Amino acid sequence: MGVILFELALTFYFAATIVSITELFKGSKITAKIMVLLAAVGFAIHTVDIIYRYVTAGHIPITNPHEATSFFSWCIVLIFFILQFRYKISLLSSFIMPIVFILMLSSSMLPREIKPLSPVLHSYWLGIHTILAFLGNAAFALAFGIGFMYLVQEHYVKSKRLGDLFERLPSLQTLDEINYRLITFGFPLFTLAIITGALWAESAWGSYWNWDPRETWSLITWFIYAIILHARFVAGWRGKRAALLSMIGFLTILIAFFGIKLLRTGYHVFL
Amino acid sequence: MKVFVVGLNHKIADVDVREKLAFNGPKLVEGLIKFKELPEVQEAIILSTCNRVELYANVNDAKIASESTKTFLSEFHNLNRGSLDNALYIYDDINAIRHIFRVASSLDSMVVGEPQILGQLKDAFELALTKKTTGILLNKLMKKAISVAKRVRTDTRIAENAVSISFAAVELAKKIFTDLSRRVFMLLGAGEMAELAARHLIGSGVKEVLVSNRTYERACELASEFNGRPVKFDDFIQEMVRTDIIICSTGAPHYIITKSQMQKVMKERKQRQVFIIDISVPRNIDPEINGLDNVYLYNVDDLRGVVDANMFERQKEAEKAEKIIEEELETFLKWQSSLDSVPTIIALREKAEEIKKEELDKLFHKIQGIGEKEKEAIEYMATALTNKLIHPPTAALKEDSENKDALVAAIRRLYGINGEKNED
Repeated sequence: MGVILFELALTFYFAATIVSITELFKGSKITAKIMVLLAAVGFAIHTVDIIYRYVTAGHIPITNPHEATSFFSWCIVLIFFILQFRYKISLLSSFIMPIVFILMLSSSMLPREIKPLSPVLHSYWLGIHTILAFLGNAAFALAFGIGFMYLVQEHYVKSKRLGDLFERLPSLQTLDEINYRLITFGFPLFTLAIITGALWAESAWGSYWNWDPRETWSLITWFIYAIILHARFVAGWRGKRAALLSMIGFLTILIAFFGIKLLRTGYHVFL
Repeated sequence: MKVFVVGLNHKIADVDVREKLAFNGPKLVEGLIKFKELPEVQEAIILSTCNRVELYANVNDAKIASESTKTFLSEFHNLNRGSLDNALYIYDDINAIRHIFRVASSLDSMVVGEPQILGQLKDAFELALTKKTTGILLNKLMKKAISVAKRVRTDTRIAENAVSISFAAVELAKKIFTDLSRRVFMLLGAGEMAELAARHLIGSGVKEVLVSNRTYERACELASEFNGRPVKFDDFIQEMVRTDIIICSTGAPHYIITKSQMQKVMKERKQRQVFIIDISVPRNIDPEINGLDNVYLYNVDDLRGVVDANMFERQKEAEKAEKIIEEELETFLKWQSSLDSVPTIIALREKAEEIKKEELDKLFHKIQGIGEKEKEAIEYMATALTNKLIHPPTAALKEDSENKDALVAAIRRLYGINGEKNED
């Protein structure tokens, strides 16, 4: 049943992605509603899938690459809905749903069987560390989408060629503010994830920091977001620069997430 | 019964002609009632706005109606009857209906897509309803025109884009800033176009208005007019640190804001977005500053470019709107033609009933002493006969055919149904 649930969620996300991409070219209230409905159904099924895995496995289902990618997507959709509810930004889905779909698709191609938990993972840190990390990363994913929207809208305003998309995208300041809020939301979570990770490493291997590739990349990511926030406070780096940096930040996250998985070295091999 | 339109608009008549024919204030009610009293006019509506004066009516003969309407207009407005002959457009039937749909949908407006005309048309209709000058045809026509206009509004994007420079400036400001009511606005210099744009921006609710001018008295004057604060010309650069939107139009022959000045300002305001509109010719603001981050500089040509692009968009949308109107026109005509056959069918049926009743009465009077059963049988046969006889023509009338008018006329003649159709 788990497989069917996952595949169903994937299908709904796929449909939502198609609708949200068509929205870029021709927007209407009906397609926007259909998109939200499809994504909501997908999200509900996805939630059931995660709960089902949790019950079947008897522990937090974030213990292999399939589960991790799936949970990451789930967090992104969750924050997407929160944003949508709060700001009602048209076209946000066109920039977010494709990311969700690609993540889910790659998750679907990874092995799914539930294996017995390795002793290292058998810890209360598992839930705390992973949930913090993925919620933080999901906020950064949304910041990526919003940053992208900012760059598109900024291009229209600067080049003075105002098209149909210009009409439908939110104002620059709105996008900039949301981008900033997402990062201030994600950054503390991400910081806590690193700290809890260190504590966990200490309890599992006896040392806080081992310089395995995942740790190194996470540190790089952490610095990028720290720079974004710092530069904003001190030098007023907002708008285009903040948008660009938040996009670069998320790309490093993706590299850390998928690149290292391919290398299969270091302590995070199970993920 | 035919829809009939007499009128003039901004395209064929200058304002001095339009105002002579306008029905303003109490004259509108008086005019409407007098127009309705014309013998040829069965229903009446008058639409009078600054861009058009139009009289709508339900008439039988457009030729007679146009003559009597012209006479009415010349008498009502004390104009020379002859001067009206070439000053007006006159439409009847399908052309009249199409014209009214186009007017309602703002395709006939000076600024195509502007929304006021629909409201004005609704008001004209409301007035006619309260004065009871309309009936079945114009009521239906007006309701249809309003729904056509709404369909055009929702199915095309005819009213979406800004088509004036000051409107385009406000639209742009809204796409840069989240909330104009928290933004500080500064008017630098003066000039008709700058003041118009400023008025538009202030009208959309900015937080604070600053006015700076080379002559301080002029700044004070404008500031009090705009409910703002005057700023000495030497201080305006300093004020730019807290100003989000600037409209600039001074007569200076050189740049009054240079790139390095702007860079300093941006640093001091921590890179918060600035929208600058340079309306002056020659330009007063170094165009290079558009290259700075978070600075958005538009000059008059840029804004005009936006407006032109929007105009072009509207033109394309207008073509879609024309198609919608043709579709709706067809459904309206169908409704109208069915209207003609209905009273004929009723008259035909009444005629048959009348003959049947007459003949039965005669028969029952002649042969006395027959039982109820026999009476019923005879009545039954008479009903069956008449029904069978009037069935084919009734069916033909109900059918959709091309020359229905001819059919209706033929049936009326063949069955001897004369006189007025009972419409009401």
